[in-house]
Amino acid sequence: MTTQPELLAMKPPSLGHRLARSFRLGLSVLWQNKVGFLGFLGVLFFIALAIFGPLIAPSSGEPNMAQIYQPPSWSHPLGTDYEGRDVLTQVVRGGRPIILVGALAAILSTLIAITLGALVAYVEGVLDSIVMLITDVVLTIPQLPLLVVLAAFVRLNRPWLLALILALLNWPTLLRAVRAQVLSLKAREYVEAARALDLGLFHILFREILPNMASYILMSFTIGMTGAIYGQVVLYFLGLAPLAGDNWGIMLNLAWTRGAIFYRDSMPYILAPVIAISLLQLSMVTMTRSLEQVFNPRLREG
Amino acid sequence: MARPATVEPTSAHSVASTAATLGRLALILWRSYIVRRLLKAALTIYLVSTLTFFLIRLMPGNPVDVYINTLISQYGFSYQDAANQAAALFAFNPNEPLLAQYRDYLQALAHGDFGKSITSPGTTVTSIIATYLPWTLFSTGLGLLLSFALGVLLGMLTAYRRERPIDHLLTALGSFFQSVPNYLVAIVIVVFFGVRLGWFSIAEMRGAYSPGVQPSLSVTFIKDALYHASLPIATYVLTTIGSWLLLMKSSTIATLGEDFVTVARARGLKDGRIMSAYVGRNAILPLFTQAAIAAGFVVGGAVVIEQIFQYQGIGYILLQAINQRDYPIMQGIFLIITFAVVLANVLADLLYSRLDPRIRAMGGSQR
Repeated sequence: MTTQPELLAMKPPSLGHRLARSFRLGLSVLWQNKVGFLGFLGVLFFIALAIFGPLIAPSSGEPNMAQIYQPPSWSHPLGTDYEGRDVLTQVVRGGRPIILVGALAAILSTLIAITLGALVAYVEGVLDSIVMLITDVVLTIPQLPLLVVLAAFVRLNRPWLLALILALLNWPTLLRAVRAQVLSLKAREYVEAARALDLGLFHILFREILPNMASYILMSFTIGMTGAIYGQVVLYFLGLAPLAGDNWGIMLNLAWTRGAIFYRDSMPYILAPVIAISLLQLSMVTMTRSLEQVFNPRLREG
Repeated sequence: MARPATVEPTSAHSVASTAATLGRLALILWRSYIVRRLLKAALTIYLVSTLTFFLIRLMPGNPVDVYINTLISQYGFSYQDAANQAAALFAFNPNEPLLAQYRDYLQALAHGDFGKSITSPGTTVTSIIATYLPWTLFSTGLGLLLSFALGVLLGMLTAYRRERPIDHLLTALGSFFQSVPNYLVAIVIVVFFGVRLGWFSIAEMRGAYSPGVQPSLSVTFIKDALYHASLPIATYVLTTIGSWLLLMKSSTIATLGEDFVTVARARGLKDGRIMSAYVGRNAILPLFTQAAIAAGFVVGGAVVIEQIFQYQGIGYILLQAINQRDYPIMQGIFLIITFAVVLANVLADLLYSRLDPRIRAMGGSQR
């Protein structure tokens, strides 16, 4: 972010070096902001859960009709579900599919937003007007109704298909943000210097502008992921995505439709996915918001 | 909007001059913020209508073909009869060439004809929308208004009481409810306040109003409707108030630093007057750009929220139609929700441009 005059004369630092620098900067900032740091720890925890969860609990157990809706006990810390399976096991296993599809959708929508957003901000003119018009149009369409209607036409039985549909709804907000950021970076001296050197569109965009937006891209990614997880859980909860396997959305659907709300002993069954999803969203939002405060100085208040 | 085709050309010269005039006219119109805004809204509606036509008619295994094939294989209809039957349900005739179907479909939409329901024969989609849409508009509209008013007030309060306990508490609560998905809040309301604590009778509150009550403009009916809508409204308020609060807080803090506020203070104006006429009025402006997005979010969110509370609005019916594969209803409701949101967007933008002259002067180029 800081371009000392002498740096211009030197060989520019490598891409990896720059990424590492903005990562360190982000981390030091998170450290100063306690809530943000808590969010960061939460995100780390959920990533670990997504990786190791299904390894710790390889199977969600067999249905056992004698054990339906058991209260919490030592062998079942969160009780059992409508067919007598352990709830805690399902919570531990159920994060991976949700987080994976969320991350995949976020990668796709961030890719669309960054390439298109950076390009139109840099080129401007007619292309910019057209892309912004499309962005405005997609942004106006109410996302959730579109999502449920699409789910009625497309069988969402593949994770990548689910991620693709979620990504197609999520990119417009990110694109606007990226475009605005590139528009402001474009006027900086080092970009003007690169342009004067005639380094070419590709080089300027991908070597000069985008690496300086690393933190911003991370923010777009987490915002995209929050949106994708929101939409994904809706699809499972409403039964519009196939209810196969263990994930928090499916748990929510089954707990709701199989009457878990009416038994005192089954409270943990419905609350477990509610709390897990809420904590995941909360961690991501708080982490993003404190990053935002750092990288958008206008939001920093005295 | 500029249609050269309607002009009867007489010579090459007049064609060129007409085209130039029309081009200039188009440019003048395009520069007008309001015209551009309306065109964008029209384009959105047109594209969404085309998308639904594509889904209903052109996708492999689309509902029209499926419907015709079912009639042929299960009821022994001839293709002609089956297609006629389909034509009665959907707002176009599958016998015609595709382009004619598309034209008929758009024409029917323009006349408010969304076809007929598959599952309840003889019912037009328009009548279903007319029955259920008011309830969704009522609950989401009231929810939005309440959360906007409360959020603005609390946002100003936190800005004025900065770094005091009330600021920390409200800001933390606002951020919390902003990040937690709205349907999870609704589920927790049902589980705790409905079932565990028994404060509300969830079963009794189903539907938009109680079975025995006749819809009229009486006090009993309005009270009953409010009672049934109270939990959806509470959910809309709880889950959107946080963003209003945070926006208003930062906007107020920014406004408090402006010179005109310092001058007003120096003039010895009363604090209440400064707060409302000087700070509040200016701080609230940026919130209007968010109002449209919030409207889309809340009306769209009604699809899940109405399902959770079994509140019979348009979102509830949309989900029912999806589960019963009643495509004309699905299409009609999706389109009407889009229309409503686009309309809310246009209104919010026009209101904003009226309130903030800078937008009109710049032609809204920064948006």
